[in-house]
Parts: sequence; structure tokens; C-alpha cells
Amino acid sequence: MEFFRIKKDIPFMRHALVFNIISLATFVLAVFFLATKGLHLSIEFTGGTLIEVSYQQSADLDKIRKKLEADGFTDTQVINFGSSRDVLIRVPIKAGETAKVSENVKASLDAIGDTPEIKRVEFVGPQVGKELAEDGALALLLVIIGIVIYLAFRFEWRFAISAIIANLHDVIIILGFFAFFQWEFSLPVLAAVLAVLGYSVNESVVVFDRVRETFKKQRGMTTPEIIDHAITRTISRTIITHGSTQMMVVSMLIFGGPALHYFAVALTIGILFGIYSSVLVASPLLMWLGVSREHFVKAKKEKAEGVTEDGACV
Amino acid sequence: MNKYPLWKNATVIIAVVLGLLYTLPNFFGEVPAVQVSSVKATIKLDQRLQSRVEESLAAAGIQPTGLFFEPNSIRVRLADTDTQLKAKDIIEKTLNPDPTDASYSVALNLLSASPDWLTSMNALPMYLGLDLRGGVHFLLQVDMKGALTKRLDSVGADLRTLMRDKNIRHGGIQREGNTLVIRFRDAETRDKARVALMDNQPDLDLIEGLSGSDFKLTATLKPPAQKRIQEFALKQNMTTLHNRINELGVAEPVIQQQGADRIVVQLPGVQDTAKAKDILGRTATLEVRMVDDENSANATVMAAAEQGQPPVGTEYYVERGGRGLLVKKQVVLTGERLTDAQAGFDGQTQEPAVHLTLDSAGARIFKDVTRENVGKRMAILLIEKGKGEVVTAPVIRSEIGGGRVQISGRMTTTEANDVALLLRAGSLAAPMDIIEERTIGPSLGADNIEKGFNSTLWGFAAIAVFMIAYYLLFGVVSIIALTANLLFLVALLSLLQATLTLPGIAAVALTLGMAIDANVLINERIREELRNGVTPQAAITAGYERAWGTILDANITTMIAGIALLIFGSGPVRGFAVVLCLGILTSIFSAVVVSRAGINLIYGRQRKLDAISIG
Repeated sequence: MEFFRIKKDIPFMRHALVFNIISLATFVLAVFFLATKGLHLSIEFTGGTLIEVSYQQSADLDKIRKKLEADGFTDTQVINFGSSRDVLIRVPIKAGETAKVSENVKASLDAIGDTPEIKRVEFVGPQVGKELAEDGALALLLVIIGIVIYLAFRFEWRFAISAIIANLHDVIIILGFFAFFQWEFSLPVLAAVLAVLGYSVNESVVVFDRVRETFKKQRGMTTPEIIDHAITRTISRTIITHGSTQMMVVSMLIFGGPALHYFAVALTIGILFGIYSSVLVASPLLMWLGVSREHFVKAKKEKAEGVTEDGACV
Repeated sequence: MNKYPLWKNATVIIAVVLGLLYTLPNFFGEVPAVQVSSVKATIKLDQRLQSRVEESLAAAGIQPTGLFFEPNSIRVRLADTDTQLKAKDIIEKTLNPDPTDASYSVALNLLSASPDWLTSMNALPMYLGLDLRGGVHFLLQVDMKGALTKRLDSVGADLRTLMRDKNIRHGGIQREGNTLVIRFRDAETRDKARVALMDNQPDLDLIEGLSGSDFKLTATLKPPAQKRIQEFALKQNMTTLHNRINELGVAEPVIQQQGADRIVVQLPGVQDTAKAKDILGRTATLEVRMVDDENSANATVMAAAEQGQPPVGTEYYVERGGRGLLVKKQVVLTGERLTDAQAGFDGQTQEPAVHLTLDSAGARIFKDVTRENVGKRMAILLIEKGKGEVVTAPVIRSEIGGGRVQISGRMTTTEANDVALLLRAGSLAAPMDIIEERTIGPSLGADNIEKGFNSTLWGFAAIAVFMIAYYLLFGVVSIIALTANLLFLVALLSLLQATLTLPGIAAVALTLGMAIDANVLINERIREELRNGVTPQAAITAGYERAWGTILDANITTMIAGIALLIFGSGPVRGFAVVLCLGILTSIFSAVVVSRAGINLIYGRQRKLDAISIG
């Protein structure tokens, strides 16, 4: 079986401008939503208390809300989690409050009548939350710097810059989705975003590897032609690989339950946009940054022409 | 042409065998067990205790399926949970005849059911995180400022004594924030004090100053001393936590330092957070009260007191060693005034003794009380869980100043150590706050395992079906390589005993999904070479060789993300990062070396190869 038996190179670069305008538009939209709506951060980042309880019968959320409000818990969020019997309660952090909140909430819930089973309690102090947010930002920064240095060392700075721009734009778009839909942004989601960043850079690397190889092999091809050739040769692998990873992620979406839901959602967006951006955004950027044959073939050429170290010609 | 040298084939075989071996314990599951460990620092476990446990079980007709002796615990493996509960009760009764004064903690636990020969070669099942097995996780912040001020208060008391001993008149010693300020009338006295301080208190930095007409000496703790105090406070708090958690009967508590001023406490299997929090936050306190000597000597009053009717204003206690006595209800001093307790010896009699250090206020009170009550008895009580015990009730022989108190008499060295530890353990060196709490119910834990497992299983199955349909025989080999990858990953996680969390399981699924990339790269390369008209054997060689560089580059970028998460991640995310990094390493090996070995085995021997099954 073979899905992609492409004889002629597809002229991707001819439409480079269109692709970049599309991604610029999505990027601007994502930034817009991030700025106006902001991320719905989980209590891991904001601090607060989260309680997951499970009832025998389906829970009456309104009753729980009213009771909690009557007991002085303002701004609490009471939602179903996974099923109608499971309830998730979020209590925002307030000055001077400690780990006692969960016990008080439990007491309020018990007072309603049918005692629920506590499945999970999380309490995060405000200072821990701040640190986690800072650590998350630092991790992102470290990944960016690490990848840029690696690619600059392994390829060339133009490759590093275009790969990281293309993939950061993925990250912003994932965040944009989370802001637009107000999905909960938690630590596992952050982990997924960083993993996707590393993974999508793979994609650019594979294409760039081909670009470099084609530069070395083919003379007389223009830079856009070479990039077209490299993309066409690797497109089959790109789609199959991403498809395979996506199968795994879909399996997580189906079987992973609510705990892994947003983790898998972040991965899905990351993988889909990863294909697009690492191929159709990174490569045009590379072209515009002015990559050319000379950046790779100098050393090889000397050898090929048989020039020895002291400059003598044989 | 496509043949591996013997050593490479051997490497693959050895790796697979080791992988199987270390993955094996995960299939045996766990069996119920009872774990015995010592609660008191002074009581060590020995072979005798083990035989006691064995005998008591044999007497009750319970046949343990295994008995393991370790330096810190004795574990008894049992057939089922019913026997487990029965065995726990029996052992508890045998080892702790007096439940109020337990020497051993007897806890329910789960042990790997894998055969002994596996356990003996360190092949254990994966270590599950709290989100998979249920339990409580606390992050406690130690208030270091509190530790320092507490210490400064006691230094202040020392200074007062010192000044008096050296006959230096001062206009008051006060703690102001993180400094101690000593006032003097004139510069001469100040210089004298300065010399005395430098000799006796090497930990202090002294700065001279003026305030109004007063001459001032401002003392601050030197940075190394501060550091030492903080380290001590942390260690002390961890010891305290250890002692308290032992009472909870948790099988494998984790108490670890995190950073300079935090302590992580993990209690697997504990569900009652309220109780856990209560025990973590509890303080065993010391109380000093006067003994009602008159009534204690009166036999009829004592007999009534023993029946629960002590005279008004007194309480009946039994002193260590068994003698009852009446103690006045009025508290002279509490443990808050205690800054340290150390076991040692009496300077004159060489008897074992416990040396207590009181802070300045405590020292003053103690001095006054002892002056007024020479010849009378004073009781030192340890109040724990609202229940008091008279540790000792010595006779006051003379006024005791300086805040240094010695408790001696009728104590062995072990007892002195025990009392010092209890007093120290009872008091936290610095206040602590819970800044993070995570409780996961056992049902949710089991649920998480199932969900994680199902995700991986079905994702794997989908990839397998696709790869085999698309690449035929090469797809089969790719899936064998992917299976080997999973095997190595699980074996590594088991071997390293890295904590497996739910994000960790997600990382297993994700690395498998990404690992197939390497095989896709190789297979696509081979197809391409074939299309270019290269012979099958050459295409295989070229495919593997050309793809290698790309595979390396692609994996290193993901590795960078994994390492960043490992450095900055905490808790469950760290579990994700560990698996991601290990998964990348195993996937490079299995996708390149293992799959090549498979392909070589199939095609390598055929000299004339016309076609290969790659779809």
C-alpha cells in the first residue's frame, strides 16, 4: 500500500506567501484571544482548592452551589466531571486560608444529605502556584534556547531561527485555542505543549535534513526548487508519522478519561498544526532568510576537487 | 551483505532477555502483607523479633507465604486480605501489649507477588505514584524566620546569664526583628561586654552604635550560623514528622527535603486526610508543674486519687517507673519555652541525664520557681494527644538560673536518649505550613491505571494494524521493534524504580506514538531507494544508514523538551519527563538496532534477493 506516489515535486514555495498569511492570521487571532480572554489556569498555577467527589446518584449541582454559598464559599465553581455522579468543586484562594478549606467543604457537602465519596483533593498555596507558573515559563524558555542552539550547531542559524519561529507559532496557537474555549490549562497541558514543541521541531528537522542533502547532491536547482523537492520527498513520512502519533492521542482522548482529556486535546492541536507549520511555515522562512548552497557545500567541494591541506593540487 | 556481527546480535538478545526479566515482576501483581517497623529510635529490629512474629502467627494458625527481614522493617506476606487483617491484629497484640505505649508500628502493605529469585536480583514492579495508588501528598513550608527568632531568644537568655556572671551592668537586652540589642551606660562597659561576647558567642556579629544617651551593641547571627540553624530546624522537623507518621502506621511513607526550606510528605494508602493533617500538625508538649508533696505522701488521699478522685487543684499521674503522685494543675512552664533537649551525663554523679535549654522568658520563670521551692519536687510532664505522662519528678536542690535544666535520676542511657528525643520530637524547631496538598482516593488511582493502560493498549493496536497493512513484513518488524521499545521502557522504569504517574503513562503512550517515526523514516527511505532502482539488499543498507542521522536529530529536539521538563517540572509532570527521556533513549535503540536485527535475520542471508515485502 502506498498513499503518496508523487512523481513531480509539488510547488509549495510558489504559494509560500499564502501559507504565511494564513498562519499569520491564525497567530494574530490566537494572540488576540490570549490577550482578551486569557488562559483559564488550573489551581496548580493560581492556588486554591479542588475537590472531586463522587455521589451514589447523579448529583444536584444547584443544591451543592447554594449550600456552599450559604456556608460562605464565594466564587466556587461546581461542575460535573466525567459523569453526572462525579462533581468537581473549585474554591479560589483567599488570603489567610489554609489547607483546612477542603475539610470545611467536605463538612458542607455532608450536611446536604447523601454523603459523597472524596475521590481527590488538591490544595495549592498561592506561593507554590506562582512558582509553578514561573517554572513553566522557564521550562519553555529552556526548550527554545536548547533547540535553537542545537539546530544552529547541527545545521545553520537560519534553520534554527525558522524552525523555532514556526514551532513557537504552534505553541501560541495551542494557547489561543485554550483561551478561546476557556479550557483548563493545567500542568499536564503545559507538559503536552512542551513535548509538542520538541516533536514538531522533529518535523522541521526531517525536512531540513533533506534540504541539506539535496543542496549537496543536486546542482543547478534553485533554492525554492530544492525546498519543494525536500518537502515532496518527505511528505509521505510526515503524514504517516503524525497519523501514527495522532492514533495514540485519539486513543487517549477516547480511553484516557477526564484526567487526560485536555492533555490529549493540546497534543491533537499541536500535532495538526505541527504538520502545517513545520513544513509550510518553516520552509518559506528558511527561503526568505536566504539559505543557499554555499552554506553547506564548501568543505565538501574542496575535498572533491582534490585540494590537499597545504593547498597543492594533484 | 545485511548481516550483523555476532556481538550486535548478542547485544540485542541480552537486552531483550534483561528487558523481559525486569518487566516480569509487573505481571505478578501484589499480595497483601503486614509490615512491622520500630516506632522508637532506641528500639532496633532483630532476628528475635522476627521469630516472635513467626511464633505468634503459627500459634494462631496463620501460615505466611513469605517473611522478609530488612534493616528497618519486617514484612510478612499473606495469602489474602482476610488473613492480612487477622495477622495484623495478632502481631499488633503480641508486639504492643500496651496499645497506649506502642513500640512498633504494624501496618498493612502490599508486596510484590513475584518469586523470590526475581526479587533477589532487584527486579521489582514499577513504583506507582500517589495518583495511581491513592494516598496523600503534602508539601510543607518550614518557617525559617521563626526558627531564627526562636534561636535569638535563647541566645538573648544566654547573654543575660553571661553578663551577670561577668558582672557587666547592662541596660537591657532586647530582640528587635533579627537582631539582639544590648544597651549600656558607658563605652567602657560596652567594650568589656564586647570582649566577653566575642569569647563566648562566636556565632554573633557585633556592631557598636549609639541611641540617645545609650551605648548600644547590636548582635546579629553570622550567616554560617544562620545556615546551620536553618539546616538543623529542617532536620529536626523531619525527625518530628518521622516520629509522628510512624504512629499513623503507614507502610512506606516518603519524607523528603525539597529545596532549602520545604518538606515533602507522601503517605500512600492513607485516606483520612483530616487525621493525617492533625498528626502532622500536632505538638507533643512539655509541661513543668509542681508536685503536691503533702498529699502525695498521704496514703488515704493517694488511694482515693487512684480511684479517680484526686484533691481539688491536683491531678493524679503515674511517674515513669510506676509510682503514683499528685501534680498541681497550675502550669509553671510549657514546652514552648524549650529550645533544645540533649541526652548526656550528670557532671558529678556520671548518671545518665537529659539536658534541657530554655529560652530567656522560660529561664527567668524557672529561676524564680526553683528559688521559691527549694526542697520540693517538680514534675516534668509530656503531654501527647491530650494525655500526660510524668517523665520525671526530681527534688529541687537549689535555685537554677541560666535556663539550663538537667533531668536526672533513675534513668538508663537509653531512656535518657528516648526522653531527649521525645522532647525534641515533640517540639518542632520551626513552625510549618501545608502549602500543597493532594489526596487521591484508591478507586480513582485504580481508575487512572486502567485508563492509562487502555489508552496505551488501543493506541498501540491501531498503530500496529496500520503499520502492518502499510509496510507488510517491514511493518511487522517495526511493530516488533516497538514492542521491544515498550519492553525496555517498562524494564528501565522498574529497574530504576522511577515513580510512575498518570502523566507518566501518557508519556509511555506518547513516546510509543512518536517512536514509530524512526521506523517510518527507515521504511520510507528503503522504498525510495528501491524506486530509484537500487537492489533490495543495498536499499536496506542505504535506508538504515541514511535515516540514522535524521532519527538522531529528530529525537534530540524532543529530548531537549524532556530535559527542560525534568529540570523545572514537579510532581506528576516530572513523572512525564522521566518517561519521555527514557522513552527516547529506548526508542532509538529499538527502532534502529532491534528492527535492523530483525530485517537482517529475515533478508540478510539471502544472496539473491529479488523483492522485499515493504508494500
